[in-house]
Amino acid sequence: MSLLSIAYAALFYLATAVLVVGVALKIRRYAGVPAPLLIPTTPAPTTTTGVALRMTREVVFFESLFKASKWTWIFGWLFHAALVLVLLRHLRYFQQPVWTPVVWVQAFGLYAGFAMVAGLAGLWARRFLVDRVRYISTPSDHLHLALLIAIGLTGLGMRFVAPTDIVAVKAFMLGLMRLDVQPLPADPLLLLHLALVALLMLVFPISKLLHAPGLFFSPGRNQADNSREVRHLAAWAAVYDKQK
Amino acid sequence: MAIAPFETPKLKPYPVIPLVAVGAMAHSKPYVASPIIQARLGFPGELEDGWEQRAVGKMGELLGKYRSLQVYMDSCVHCGACSDKCHYFLGTGDPKNMPVARQDLMRGVYRRYFTFAGKHFPKLVGATDMTKEVLDDWWTYYNQCSECRRCSVFCPYGIDTAEVTMAAREIMDSVGLGQKYANEIIGKVHRIGNNLGIPEPALANTLAGLEEDVKEETGLDVRFPLDQEGAEVMLVTPSADFFSEPHVESLIGYAKVFHAAGISWTLSSKASEAGNFGLFIGNYEQMQKISLRVKEAAQELRVRRLVVGECGHAWRVAYAFWNTLIGPFDWLDSRYPVPQHICEMTYDLIQQGAIQFDKEKNDDRIITFHDSCNVARASRMGSMPGGQFVIPREIIKAVANRFHDMSLGTTHEATFCCGGGGGLLTDDLLELRVKGALPRMEALKNVVDQHGVNFMAAICAICKAQFSKVLPYYGFDMSMVGGVHQLVGRAIVLGRPH
Repeated sequence: MSLLSIAYAALFYLATAVLVVGVALKIRRYAGVPAPLLIPTTPAPTTTTGVALRMTREVVFFESLFKASKWTWIFGWLFHAALVLVLLRHLRYFQQPVWTPVVWVQAFGLYAGFAMVAGLAGLWARRFLVDRVRYISTPSDHLHLALLIAIGLTGLGMRFVAPTDIVAVKAFMLGLMRLDVQPLPADPLLLLHLALVALLMLVFPISKLLHAPGLFFSPGRNQADNSREVRHLAAWAAVYDKQK
Repeated sequence: MAIAPFETPKLKPYPVIPLVAVGAMAHSKPYVASPIIQARLGFPGELEDGWEQRAVGKMGELLGKYRSLQVYMDSCVHCGACSDKCHYFLGTGDPKNMPVARQDLMRGVYRRYFTFAGKHFPKLVGATDMTKEVLDDWWTYYNQCSECRRCSVFCPYGIDTAEVTMAAREIMDSVGLGQKYANEIIGKVHRIGNNLGIPEPALANTLAGLEEDVKEETGLDVRFPLDQEGAEVMLVTPSADFFSEPHVESLIGYAKVFHAAGISWTLSSKASEAGNFGLFIGNYEQMQKISLRVKEAAQELRVRRLVVGECGHAWRVAYAFWNTLIGPFDWLDSRYPVPQHICEMTYDLIQQGAIQFDKEKNDDRIITFHDSCNVARASRMGSMPGGQFVIPREIIKAVANRFHDMSLGTTHEATFCCGGGGGLLTDDLLELRVKGALPRMEALKNVVDQHGVNFMAAICAICKAQFSKVLPYYGFDMSMVGGVHQLVGRAIVLGRPH
């Protein structure tokens, strides 16, 4: 077994652990901090079902962003929708046999790779072209986009320019899941692609990528507007309740 | 300190997003509260050595108490959706008035002390130490946010800058840096019972005077009862309704509605203020203490219903927070919502046919309606989401013939703040108030030009006071603004004099 394969196996175990544990800790934190007052942005649904619908529209269609800025919405939604297809397409590397839906998605996932890079390019362009967005952009904002675009381009490169031995890649990934390290092809494009993906997983729980779990815990979106009907009281605020 | 002269923005026929003008409002700061004002609220009088650590400590405490703050600090991706949504940015072009940049003033400190990336790679993620320079920026720009929540409507994660501003003001108060206007008022509400500092005898005198005025106008004994035990309704209304124009016209309107519907009601000298500036400074304890006066007064007077007058932020606190702060309300009449907005009450009476109007009385007015931010984006009226938009407009249409809405994108949940909310209604921030009113003034100008609108109805004491002050800067008459119940009071049919 080459040192390279062992190093990449170690890298992916580490990245997976950081991603899973890091995000789990953040979710525990978000769930654990109380929301003492009802602060949904109104008009808001009055029932839990309504809140679930509002949240679904927000997660699936980016409803608020659509209201805010059509350009950001087009690029942002394109990127995220394409990312979902690309991730689904990649599931085949982790399954044997491959789920039927994952088989179906292969053709779409391929084009989604281009859509993803196009969306990211649009989002990045805004950071240079719109003076307000330029003002708020930090080095980390640019690096996130660079990282995602590099992942997309290296992936597309392997599909259309310099193919790698995907059968071996699949064996490597399946091996990882059985704690049985298999040889990884030493193609530069593949190694770069995988290293960047691992980097993305590593930074996820310590970066703005936390917007993904954050949305589900946003009181402005996940609370029902029922303050007159239901008494809402958080633990620390209950102390004041007793004093009155 | 005199206010430096400034230029009133020009009204354009359609909205234009300004180019970023770095530092355009860096000079705008409110007066600092004196140590005496601070002491009354239990805050330190001034900055003392070691305030940096205490501020960071307070931030840590708030991050553990408010999920909103914790989640909002982590979730922003700098997408820019909010960047052109704040009226203060649109009116000034100062980039630190973009909601995302305003939040980032705190997010930088949050990252530095509470996140892995900020502790180890501060430059990369824009993390900053808690220094005097940072605090100065906080002081300047967290006092240029009216906590109106317009940005939160458009944020893909629902991030609400109001929550961040409130936390920043709470942190600044906790290290001895308080805002004079807001904190002085909170002191007054505790000592005297209302924000304007009107003592009980003066209040009684004013109400007696109003009874005489209405008698003169109508020939009827329309009462303005104070501290009347056993009344059905206790009305809690902003103290501006007692002394300020055009606010008092709405108070007369409420009294006429109670009279015409035959509902016994009373005001309270103890709770002679609906406003609750505890909200503006983000202090839960103050907000509860101020709310508690209402409960005590209502129980002492043995009333069965609580109705809240025309006041935006007061309605937010009452509607969304009272049940938490001073509930449960099982001791009140459960056939009515607790609390109930005066507009909900009037609307119900109209639906029942219990009050009638002579709509022609308002024919000299061509009316538009300004949605107040706290009513629009932080509360509700009626049982349907969005009732807060429908009910006031239906009342206006029931009492007047000529009504025109301002354009989409400036009403309902996308309404623009008047420019004076959130504890900024003070003359030391006049330039900010005038410039922040720009988007609303442009929308108003459009209906004035197209439909000849000459009256803008509002249901918020701050909106009314702010517009009275800034309308003339834009070439409008200050008396163009008034209350919904001002229109109600003029058209309501009271029956013949006895």
